[in-house]
Amino acid sequence: MSSEITNVHTDEAGHHGEHETMTKKRIYQVLYILLGITAVEFIIALVLAPHQIVPQVLVNPIYIILTLFKAFYIVAYFMHLKFEKIGFALAIILPILFIIGLILVLTNESHYWIDLRKTILG
Amino acid sequence: MSTVATQQIDEIKSTPWSGGRSPFEAEYGKIMMWFFLLSDAFTFSSLLISYGALRFSSAAWPAPSLVFQSIPGMVDKGQPLVFVGLMTLILILSSVTMVLAVEAGHRNSKKEVVKFMIFTIIGGFMFLGCQALEWTHLHTEGFWWGHIPNKETLEEFFKHGVPLLQQQHSSQQFANLFFTITGFHGFHVFSGVIINIIITLNVLAGTYERRGSYLMVEKIGLYWHFVDLVWVFVFTFFYLV
Repeated sequence: MSSEITNVHTDEAGHHGEHETMTKKRIYQVLYILLGITAVEFIIALVLAPHQIVPQVLVNPIYIILTLFKAFYIVAYFMHLKFEKIGFALAIILPILFIIGLILVLTNESHYWIDLRKTILG
Repeated sequence: MSTVATQQIDEIKSTPWSGGRSPFEAEYGKIMMWFFLLSDAFTFSSLLISYGALRFSSAAWPAPSLVFQSIPGMVDKGQPLVFVGLMTLILILSSVTMVLAVEAGHRNSKKEVVKFMIFTIIGGFMFLGCQALEWTHLHTEGFWWGHIPNKETLEEFFKHGVPLLQQQHSSQQFANLFFTITGFHGFHVFSGVIINIIITLNVLAGTYERRGSYLMVEKIGLYWHFVDLVWVFVFTFFYLV
């Protein structure tokens, strides 16, 4: 029992046998996913959007969703957060949700600004 | 009787949150690096959200496909996204070499750690070089903090029918935000390269070999991936949207 506890202290990196971790194969898998998503963004920006194959209203939401996918793969695999203790992952992820609040407040505010500008400048 | 009692006490003490050990099973410095990155994420998102708010509140905005359509030193026009695509590729690849260095560190392979760290540093310098070219290109066109190009050049960046006053107004905001945000990101890349060099020198000196763990490589790796992560967002919101 005590040996297990000291083990946690000496094992600086916190990697244990039962922990999943990044292998070279997995690193390259994530690389291909990231390059693939970027390629899709390029195809949309250079081919699909100019020829109106994808409706204009959908283009920006698609970019943002693809960007969030890329962010997930970088944080989860490259930054290893998927393999950390769930409590630690939540301690990092949950505060990020505050950013959504700022986005909502400022998009709302910017719509007010543009109306204001139209009223004043005509 | 007494052995049963000690066993019970041990059992209570072995839960993650009962003290005497890290409940996250992660080393202190690594946790602090994560929290630093969290605060940095707030800084970058504040900048990007301000950019979004100012752009939403403008009736017109310089079109990215018209502003960024050159490959500095090669093609002047008609190649939107190509140069920034190259920059993105460089940064993603340097992120991969960084994670390969971390992986080599787990196997205590000093030679491989050095090899991949050097690749990462080269990637960082290449990205900074590209950004310098991009900045120079925009600067020669007339964009800078507080400066915008003349009327004729400005007109090329807008789809038709935008009044000049609106063009000047939004171009000025675009210039200020572009140089501030990519500048702040570039400053992060630059510091990352410097820290990478220091860590590589430490690896060469055998510091982590003596310590028995390449955890420092993992920590600077977190910073480097974060820089890549921010670029993913800058790329989307400045060049695509």
